[in-house]
Amino acid sequence: MKKLLFLLIVTLIISSCVPAEVQPVNPDYIGTNGIQEYKLDNGLKVLVIEDHKAPLATFQIWYRVGSRNEPIGKSGISHLLEHMMFKGTPKYGSKEFSKMVKRKGGSDNAHTTKDYTMYHQTLASDRIDISIELEADRMQNLILDPKEVAAERNVVMEERRMRIDDDPQNSLYEEVLAAAFKSHPYQSPVIGWMSDIVSIERENLYNHYKAYYSPDNAVIVVSGDVKADDIFQKIKAAFGDIPPASGRINVTSKEGEQKGERRVTLKREAELPYILMVYHTPSFPHPDSYALEVLGTVLAGGKSSRLYKSIVYEKKLAIGASADYSGFNKDPYLFFFDATVAPDKDTKDVEGALYAEIEKIKKEPPSEKEVQKAKNQIEASFVMGQDSIYYQAQVAGMFELLGGWRLKNEYLENLKKVKPDDLTRVANKYLTEDNRTVGILIPVKVRGEK
Amino acid sequence: MRKRIAISHELSAISRQKTKNIFLGLSVVLLLIANCCMLYADAYALDINKKILPNGLTVLHSEKHNLPIIMVTMVVKAGALDEPKEKAGLAYLTADLLDEGTKNRKSSQISEEVEFIGAGLGASANSDYTTITLSVLKKDVEKGFELFSDIILNPVFPQEELDRKRERIKGSLKQREEDPSFVAARSFKKEVFGEHPYARLMEGSEETLSGITRENLMEFHSKYFIPNNAILSVVGDLTSDELDSLIKKYLDTWKAADLPERKIHPVSEEKTKKVIKIDKDVTQATIIIGHLGISRDNPDYYAVSVMNYILGGGGFASRLMQTVRDELGLAYGISSSFSASQGKGSFEAEVQTKNESANKVIEEILKQMEKIRSEAVSDEELSGAKDYLIGSFPRRLDTSRKIADFLAAIEFYNLGLDYAEKYPGYINAATKEDVLRVAKKYLDPENFVLVIVADQKKAGLKY
Repeated sequence: MKKLLFLLIVTLIISSCVPAEVQPVNPDYIGTNGIQEYKLDNGLKVLVIEDHKAPLATFQIWYRVGSRNEPIGKSGISHLLEHMMFKGTPKYGSKEFSKMVKRKGGSDNAHTTKDYTMYHQTLASDRIDISIELEADRMQNLILDPKEVAAERNVVMEERRMRIDDDPQNSLYEEVLAAAFKSHPYQSPVIGWMSDIVSIERENLYNHYKAYYSPDNAVIVVSGDVKADDIFQKIKAAFGDIPPASGRINVTSKEGEQKGERRVTLKREAELPYILMVYHTPSFPHPDSYALEVLGTVLAGGKSSRLYKSIVYEKKLAIGASADYSGFNKDPYLFFFDATVAPDKDTKDVEGALYAEIEKIKKEPPSEKEVQKAKNQIEASFVMGQDSIYYQAQVAGMFELLGGWRLKNEYLENLKKVKPDDLTRVANKYLTEDNRTVGILIPVKVRGEK
Repeated sequence: MRKRIAISHELSAISRQKTKNIFLGLSVVLLLIANCCMLYADAYALDINKKILPNGLTVLHSEKHNLPIIMVTMVVKAGALDEPKEKAGLAYLTADLLDEGTKNRKSSQISEEVEFIGAGLGASANSDYTTITLSVLKKDVEKGFELFSDIILNPVFPQEELDRKRERIKGSLKQREEDPSFVAARSFKKEVFGEHPYARLMEGSEETLSGITRENLMEFHSKYFIPNNAILSVVGDLTSDELDSLIKKYLDTWKAADLPERKIHPVSEEKTKKVIKIDKDVTQATIIIGHLGISRDNPDYYAVSVMNYILGGGGFASRLMQTVRDELGLAYGISSSFSASQGKGSFEAEVQTKNESANKVIEEILKQMEKIRSEAVSDEELSGAKDYLIGSFPRRLDTSRKIADFLAAIEFYNLGLDYAEKYPGYINAATKEDVLRVAKKYLDPENFVLVIVADQKKAGLKY
């Protein structure tokens, strides 16, 4: 899901300033105005998007809590709580919700990020009532049985081993983030450090749950073959009496300006060296976020993009090279570059080639056509994404969490205005030596196959 | 770049793919034929128009006007089944090089033109067939079809591009050695399928890749990429007339030729237990247990689908997940699957658990295999599986991309255009007795291949 999610949120734009041979997309199809908004007295926000092409509906509930909100020593608590949300209430036992959804032919899952936790189900639209009833139930009545906590903690430790500890490139990612952030909680991994996961007890989870799982800290988005007013009435009946909560900590940490390059190395069993570099950048809706988004696509949007053409195709230094601006965050985050070094090539040459591409765009703006291509890619991606009701709901939810779903239109409008000069300007402003953290994975042989 | 912003509660097919290069555009997740062929006709009627052109090309078309987009899938019957053992990787390389140079365009021109219109164009091969897909906005459909047809009809496989691609594949094979799951799966296929093409990686090996020449690619292409060996599926904002004119304009010069015969590869049915231990500096053991399974045309396919859902295919509704994750807390993900292809595929259960728990988890998997072979499943399990398999169908066809891939697949496997209406009946026909019978017949808790990639000292395997 993580890759898909990313694809979805990095790729929102509609372009109108298109060259003569390309006609603009009919705005009726975009559906930006198809969102209906409601708010309950207890603070719960509800967004509904009607789309009647298929008899299906997606229900998503977003809580404004993620690793950003975690105290030192308890990293991973939001994610472990997310797991526990499937472990039952007095009315519906452990995994009962998932089993009910499956029995109706639906799918369900949840994910936790730095900034939010989201639960979702996709079902035949005449069965979406079970989402409403059971999400309302587990917002208030989670059991958090200590025995179940102990078992699920083990599951999460296995998850960490699989995702991070046994994956050299993901391990480097964790190292680089921890080095790039000193004072902001973005330094901790969403899944948590192993020693923190071990230490999380029922009481910690309960307090976290009580503080963050409340209607005034949540947004519901429903999309698909539903009637907005009907759905709202049902949500009101199920969630309306849940009181708002208190006890949330206002995250005030700010990352200070970085004054000098930071480098980390990781030596472990691996086959090929790998480079991951990050630069601090502001997040949406900062005025520079639009140019950074287009810059990411110019650098790494497909096989005709700069990094692929130069580093992978022409110089053959890497088997893959990529760049990505990660702008949809509560607080300022990062612009990423990475490359897997080709066999028998020098890591230094790959690092140098990445810097050469950065310097190139700092000196000379890309052509109008190159910028237009990037905008066209983002636009087409967005239009094609509208075919998925899950995606439609996700886009609405994401913008709502960043300040309001209407920001989507602002975002799309501002992307259109990005000019080639803007890319050069933001590259000079943010992609500087002093502002970067560089991580290098150095493979060492521990043992071979037996 | 791997995206690491979110971590999920349950492993999904998509998050499992460690895709390195993000490609702007919809990520095209090819349907896994074995598990996808389900349709709930009452809720979801597809209006499919089928015809066979004079040159032998089968065309399937479904109109969807909800968005100005068009999704195209072409399936060509050319896969690993058609390559000689010493040229393993030939089908994969052929597909991968289609868009790296044609009679009309250089490699860089193709990607530039495709990306300028924000389209997606790509090709990939599996054991049974090659798939070429196009995702394009309606306003750019002419250009999209022109490029699509150019890479299918006119690829020239430049030597320089072949050399480049070959080196990159070798590099990527090396990098994937870092992934215990990849190492385990490769070893498992090899042991289960022996000399059969399903035993090999689609990419081939360092050695076979080196032996593939430009002439091999040209020959493979001209032999198999012919219209009477292909299926074209088009779904989206396009009328029949519009499609006809696009086909006339861009696929009319495609000439039929003698249909190549697909050799039948026998697979050894010898039953023995094999244990493969691979030592790696890892915290978790990656375990695959399994053996030969069934082919897609096996009449027991549907009963097997129900049985496997209960055993390990049904996520939290499955017995393996229930015991190994929920009760024992020994794994994040555990599942079982049957990959049903044109030939006999495999059955496998895969799990990751900390090195020290390996024996315990293997024991539990074998116990569950034995249990479903010896005791009838409960009424609740049976109806739960059926309700899911039948009820989940509309979700599998909820975008034009999914429908385009689905139509091509049902045509390839001869499931019939009325598969939609028939599927619920197929599933509903499976009784408790059938489930028990197919479990006995297709699961073997004694003669199996067990692959374990782990810190072997810590795992201390008993098997």
